Amino acid sequence: MPSYVITEKCDGCKALKTTACQYICPNDLMVLDKEKMKAYNREPEMCWECYSCVKMCPQQAIDVRGYADFVPLGASVTPMRGSNDIMWTVKFRNGTIKRFKFPIRTTAVGEAKPYADYKSSTEDLKSPLLATEPDSLGLAQLSVPKK
Amino acid sequence: MDNFETVEVTTDFLIVGGGMAASGAAVEASYWAKKHGLKVTLVDKAAMERSGAVAMGLSAINTYIGIKDGANTPEDFVKYVRNDQMGTVREDLVYDIARHVDSTVHLFEKWGLPIWKDEKGNYVHEGRWQIMINGESYKVIVAEAAKNALGMDNIYERVFIVNLLVDEKNPNKIAGAVGFSVRDNKFYVFKAKAVMVAAGGAVHIFRPRSTGEGLGRAWYPPWNSGSSYATMLQVGAEMTQMESRFIPTRFKDGYGPVGAWFLLFKSRATNAFGEDYLQTQAEEIKKWEPYASAKPVPTPLRNHQMIKELSEGRGPVYMRTEEAIKKITDTTPGTDKDKKKRLKELEAEAWEDFLDMTITQAGLWASQNIAPEEKPSEIMASEPYFIGSHASCAGAWVSGPADIAPKEYTWGYNRMSTVEGLFTAGDGVGGNAHKFSSGSCTEGRIAGKAAIAYIKDHPETPVVDQKKIDALKEKVYQPLKTFEQFKGLSSDPNVNPNYIRPKMFLFRLNKIMDEYVGGTSMWYTTNKPMLERGLELLTMLKEDSEKLGAENLHELMRAWENYHRLWTAEVHLRHVMFREETRYPGYLYRSDFPKIDEVNWKVFVNSRWDPQTGNWQMSKKPVVKIVQ
Ligand SMILES: Cc1cc2nc3c(=O)[nH]c(=O)nc-3n(C[C@H](O)[C@H](O)[C@H](O)COP(=O)(O)OP(=O)(O)OC[C@H]3O[C@@H](n4cnc5c(N)ncnc54)[C@H](O)[C@@H]3O)c2cc1C
Ligand code: SF4
Ligand code: SF4
Repeated sequence: MPSYVITEKCDGCKALKTTACQYICPNDLMVLDKEKMKAYNREPEMCWECYSCVKMCPQQAIDVRGYADFVPLGASVTPMRGSNDIMWTVKFRNGTIKRFKFPIRTTAVGEAKPYADYKSSTEDLKSPLLATEPDSLGLAQLSVPKK
Repeated sequence: MDNFETVEVTTDFLIVGGGMAASGAAVEASYWAKKHGLKVTLVDKAAMERSGAVAMGLSAINTYIGIKDGANTPEDFVKYVRNDQMGTVREDLVYDIARHVDSTVHLFEKWGLPIWKDEKGNYVHEGRWQIMINGESYKVIVAEAAKNALGMDNIYERVFIVNLLVDEKNPNKIAGAVGFSVRDNKFYVFKAKAVMVAAGGAVHIFRPRSTGEGLGRAWYPPWNSGSSYATMLQVGAEMTQMESRFIPTRFKDGYGPVGAWFLLFKSRATNAFGEDYLQTQAEEIKKWEPYASAKPVPTPLRNHQMIKELSEGRGPVYMRTEEAIKKITDTTPGTDKDKKKRLKELEAEAWEDFLDMTITQAGLWASQNIAPEEKPSEIMASEPYFIGSHASCAGAWVSGPADIAPKEYTWGYNRMSTVEGLFTAGDGVGGNAHKFSSGSCTEGRIAGKAAIAYIKDHPETPVVDQKKIDALKEKVYQPLKTFEQFKGLSSDPNVNPNYIRPKMFLFRLNKIMDEYVGGTSMWYTTNKPMLERGLELLTMLKEDSEKLGAENLHELMRAWENYHRLWTAEVHLRHVMFREETRYPGYLYRSDFPKIDEVNWKVFVNSRWDPQTGNWQMSKKPVVKIVQ
């Protein structure tokens, strides 16, 4: 359905202030049916299969069924995202299974320091040097076109 | 409208969008704003953590010059981009990206993005300008740095910007923006001294190849709807190269990336007879000299070669993955065990390439039992998109960097449009292709600093007429009212003579563009009479946009997205009509002017919609070289 919610697993993110899937979907597709306390994708044909909701759901209640207009049935791609790496399980239509694990970040979550530890070299707003330059370029100065 | 509260936010610098360019602007502008006691505010229609084109992640950073290692110079990059775009780029802007972009990439690495390294500790290159990353969390990391710089109090998520505001006394000066929350009944009025629009490019202007459930699986993410172009146009900003659409050739239907296959694995792509189309069509592109002799061959020309094979009935075209992998493992030195190990590595690299940025393609391969080491895989050219940061040039006409730009290109602050105080970056800037993720973030940084400099020089607070704001609020929520008022007339709310729902509006737009303005069904071909007829139909669609009906806030966003698409479509059509030549075959063919015309058309095509008269003005602007 592109992404779809497995009824049995979704708990409507009761424990959270907002539902994780609704918070994250870049296309505003996931909504919570407050009566059933189950989320659903309200516009499957506008889903990019970006997997943002799948990766984030605390109950692993979201899966993806490939676009029915061009994807043969029976395969699946399932992520398990941790804080430093991600595990993927790819299941083929013919039953073959492949597993992959890749790193996703080298710093602790929340620790991206905007200017890192680079020095700034100018106070001049009109200078073409940006805040961390030229230090962050690894150069002594900014390039200008050769005449 | 009583039940819609108005929230007014007064700031100094407003950033519209939360993608790569906006994040760069947030980091840089915050630094300078803090020094000067100014406020920076960011507004995104989605959650920054996963908004924009990098939401899913990426497997490569496509722009890295490597100046400090002596790998390339900014001059090399300018020459490459100039040729790739058939001679028509703003060299000052391209050079500016090249001289700064490495610093952005070094910041990414510090922020926590894993970049592949070889044994010596150097970045692993995919191609000359591209470096490989483990980029699943690319956007999460970049957004985090931006949020840390801005502070969460200065970020408004899930607010869709509909219109920009201009100054009461000077209509060519920016004053802020208005939009609505897609979560609750709040209308937002942002008042600002400078605004940067970085709302990405546009998709679903043309009918996509998949129109059922796969409608959303365009190559370009379905959530960027041309807001950058439409909002800037409507306040009178001049645009450039809006005829420069982008047609990516990718793995068919899933749109998985082909860069690693062509560049890293050195794969061939062959036609129905097993022939390499670059060879069968080698003569064909000579009509586009001097660009055809450039190395690498420009993207539009390579597209042209494939499109010719397909349109003349020699498809399908396959990426020969099995051949490429065999060649690499065969030439791997050592024992059979070493070769097997290399094969395993290649397999993981190939799958990661998809899993990091186009998961659909991994699913599609699995569903068709395609193992790349065993079977080749089909590739195809997509429908047209607008993305000024990729291998195309659509966007606003902006002032260049004062220290290096020629006088024709400087009238104000770096990356400022022709509207005072209105800046843009990333997909919003025209004539400046091949920025990609790293260059877009870099351009955001450049614009962010320039905007703060502008504010210091123009400290006066712009004035906006309250009546105008009230009228805009009325207009923004009109589709909800229209729906509410008329929905009872028919037993099925989808079919009603008094309104058109956003989805059908989208289909109508897609059909016009596809059939008259050179979409996939026409193999990207059009001519003047077709364009004139297309404009007639588009004009009726514009009239009908006043009858858009929306049931809820989500659908209201769809309505305004499609209105922005409509403006993008119209400006594109007008540019295509104006440029009487075929400069970018493989992207667009004028059947009435099938050749390139270096004498008359080696220029930028610019357009401006005049907010006072509602008239369009088209013009030519010179291409000035700054690198010989
Ligand atoms: C499929 C694909 C593959 C790519 N692959 C690569 C690659 O391998 N390597 C590489 O370096 N680059 C790659 N790129 C290019 C890269 O993604 C872009 O260059 C970059 O994202 C452009 O940055 P941007 O800020 O202009 O737009 P985006 O990053 O797309 O950000 C746009 C922002 O605007 C917001 N927005 C949109 N409309 C509104 C509105 N009306 N109101 C408020 N907010 C709004 C969005 O939510 C988003 O936050 C790829 C692009 C695509 C589409
Ligand atoms: S994130 Fe998962 S558990 Fe929470 S509402 Fe969505 S589907 Fe249900
Ligand atoms: S896969 Fe992406 S686009 Fe689809 S519903 Fe989930 S978050 Fe939204």
